Amino acid sequence: MTPLLSVQGITKRYGAHIGCADVSFDLYPGEVMGIVGESGSGKSTLLNCMAGHLTPDAGQVVFDTRTNGPRDTITMSEPERRMLGRTDWAFVHQHARDGLRMGVSAGGNVGERLMAVGERNYGDIRDKATDWLGRVEIDASRVDDRPTTFSGGMQQRLQIARNLVTGPRLVFMDEPTGGLDVSVQARLLDLLRGLVRDMGLSAIIVTHDLAVVRLLADRLMVMKSGRVVEAGLTDQVLDDPQHAYSQLLVSSVLQV
Amino acid sequence: MYVAVKGGERAIENAHAWLAEERRGNTDVAELSIAQIREQLSLAVNRVMAEGSLYDPDLAALAIKQARGDLIEAIFLIRAYRTTLPRFGASEPVDTGIMACDRRISATFKDLPGGQVLGPTFDYTHRLLDFKLAADGEVPKAPSRDAETGTVPHVTAFLNREGLIEEAPHDDTPPPDLTREPLEMPADRALRLQALTRADEGFTLGLAYSTQRGYGRNHAFVGELRIGSVPVEMDIPELGFAVEIGEVTLTECETVNQFTGSKTELPQFTRGYGLVFGQTERKAISMALVDRALRWEELGEDNVGAPAQDAEFVLYHADNIQATGFLEHIKLPHYVDFQSELELVRKLRREAGAQQVQEAAE
Amino acid sequence: MTEYNFAYLDEQTKRMIRRAILKGLAIPGYQVPFASREMPMPYGWGTGGVQVSAAVLTPKDMFKVIDQGADDTTNAVSIRTFFQRTAGVATTTATSDATVIQTRHRIPEEPLHEGQILVYQVPIPEPLRFLEPRESETRKMHSLEEYGLMHVKLYEDISRHGHIATSYAYPVKVEGRYVMDPSPIPKFDNPKLGDMAAIQLFGAGREQRIYALPPYTQVVSLDFEDHPFEASKADHPCGMCGATDSYLDELIIDDAGGRMFVCSDTDYCEARQTAGHKGKDAA
Repeated sequence: MTPLLSVQGITKRYGAHIGCADVSFDLYPGEVMGIVGESGSGKSTLLNCMAGHLTPDAGQVVFDTRTNGPRDTITMSEPERRMLGRTDWAFVHQHARDGLRMGVSAGGNVGERLMAVGERNYGDIRDKATDWLGRVEIDASRVDDRPTTFSGGMQQRLQIARNLVTGPRLVFMDEPTGGLDVSVQARLLDLLRGLVRDMGLSAIIVTHDLAVVRLLADRLMVMKSGRVVEAGLTDQVLDDPQHAYSQLLVSSVLQV
Repeated sequence: MYVAVKGGERAIENAHAWLAEERRGNTDVAELSIAQIREQLSLAVNRVMAEGSLYDPDLAALAIKQARGDLIEAIFLIRAYRTTLPRFGASEPVDTGIMACDRRISATFKDLPGGQVLGPTFDYTHRLLDFKLAADGEVPKAPSRDAETGTVPHVTAFLNREGLIEEAPHDDTPPPDLTREPLEMPADRALRLQALTRADEGFTLGLAYSTQRGYGRNHAFVGELRIGSVPVEMDIPELGFAVEIGEVTLTECETVNQFTGSKTELPQFTRGYGLVFGQTERKAISMALVDRALRWEELGEDNVGAPAQDAEFVLYHADNIQATGFLEHIKLPHYVDFQSELELVRKLRREAGAQQVQEAAE
Repeated sequence: MTEYNFAYLDEQTKRMIRRAILKGLAIPGYQVPFASREMPMPYGWGTGGVQVSAAVLTPKDMFKVIDQGADDTTNAVSIRTFFQRTAGVATTTATSDATVIQTRHRIPEEPLHEGQILVYQVPIPEPLRFLEPRESETRKMHSLEEYGLMHVKLYEDISRHGHIATSYAYPVKVEGRYVMDPSPIPKFDNPKLGDMAAIQLFGAGREQRIYALPPYTQVVSLDFEDHPFEASKADHPCGMCGATDSYLDELIIDDAGGRMFVCSDTDYCEARQTAGHKGKDAA
């Protein structure tokens, strides 16, 4: 089976400082990979290198494209990469306002990706947007309201709807529950778990919150100082961590 | 040949005639001469030369007279005239180190080789209206001494000797020419400085002031401000060497700014630079502060979102001729656009009204 | 005015502008940067159009200038006078006789023919400008053909007003590639842009851009399948010539709100009146 994403030897330096070093892994269709580590461990740098927001100093990010099979997205042309970014890839930012157009209605936010790939029927676009608002538990009556009038949790759910509306094959998530209240986090996690299961999504989730990966991730990588110190099945790593740093990380949080 | 002559044409002609009369004012009052403007309104002349990008005091004075003292209008006249001038070539870079300084001050050192020279400045005047001038403008001769000749070293060079300020290495790359190529982003420093030296004084001042108040603060000191004349040399291909073709008065401001550095790199002060035609020190200092603010990226500073850090915002809005033209063009007829808006608003109102009526009926 | 070169600009400048025009014609709808010069009229008053006209005019040309469709509006008069003085070209108000027509905000009603050049004055050439203020970003959006945002704007209009609330400077897509601002012409004129026999040149002086539509170019106004583009105008005949197919100006004729509608294209209206057509308000 061809991996959906094959990451090989990704390295990114900031001057003398190492962002992330020599990270490799494969992600298979339908799989959710969690990347955990404390802040500064290099997990966000790695995510941004994979998603094309940062250019790594070395390495490959090979994605199994629909039309041309496996392609290195780092050496791909900018138009091709941007096309991926609005079709097969999705990116959920930690802060919803980074991923939403705050001056555009909820319907417009969800509809943008549809229009970007050529949908030109207003009624259809609006119906799909309304349907997606329902799927992320936002009342259809809010379709013409701007996200500025939404709560933090609603904004994050709207961001998810906006990303998933075109049926992406790979979703990058950067601390999707960060900055939300605990009760709101729980609801969002529940929603994400449902979507991942129902849509068979493949995803890479960066978080410092082990509860998030426990619920969502099939596999786990633990990062420290830019390097992967341990990787394996989520339950294995969380229940029987091998590396001293993983043990420390696991012991320092409440078990869920 | 059929030439359209309609109402608009006569209206324009009459308006021009009236304008000429208003410019002259009451004919019982003596007419201003170009020489009077050049000699007695010299700071206005300097601003028009600087922002008009043409060093010619007589033409600037003429423009001020023709523009009824509206300096932006005068700058506009100079710019339009400048378009028609053939370009023979470019001068050698001027050397401000050999400037014959009328004024030279440093805020960072109390005394320095070459000395502090206050020169003709408003700085320490008390801003009291001098009613004597209303009657009689004659003044006694100011005391004078012989000028010192030779090179006047730059203050920043003293700092540089100790490595205390960032290097400003010599660079022979021909700068891009703002007046011959379209302004494109990202703009390098040479291009930014070109845009700033002809930028509107008020806009530049406002931006510079905003950096002092915290919108992109860079802790500027006036390392040195010097005003004086420098020779302009031009390479004459037929001769094979450069000859002096004239002198221009310039104001140069070098600021010493907030230092940078890290564990591995020793801390150093950084620089901002301003160079403007004529005695124009408010503009030159403002320019140096804005230049420094725009350098955030190359110096590895944070972009705090301050207007003065945003090169695209600053450069696209600093030119007063562009700004005033576009601003004032909204005086032109817009019947057609307005008519189409009118139709649209009427249609939307009709539909919204019909909906309300229907809802009321239901 | 012998002290100035033919049509004001020096030959080098004209060559630079002609190169930009040729590039624009080769890539229809693409905004070509050019080193706009300071002209003796203010930026925003047609300096782009004037520079393009100066670059294409020859001594044998017959020149027409319209502003808001009319030959006698003050700015049209001013620009026509400028070229009479600096180029000595013959001028006309008759659309069909002109070889070069400089216009602000209108396309003449009478179809243009091959060999004619229509020069538009453009204030803001960037159709994405009011969605994204940064030039560096909008240029990238054009080069990567990222036009989703443009449709988001139209979507928002419909969701708020029930219609696309753009009535002039209505964006178009050229040959399926570049989204282009047609200058602030009323959307009534948009259908004339496509498949036109004349060359269309667009000059934006302050913004330093030139773009072009070669003859018979495909130009499509952006819309949705279920909210198609509509070229609308006031639903009246012209009060002077009775035309029902022309774009109309609305005149207020008394304090009681009395109104009259007349053709904005003065040449079209006069030609029809000369041919014996009469509207209800004609004397």
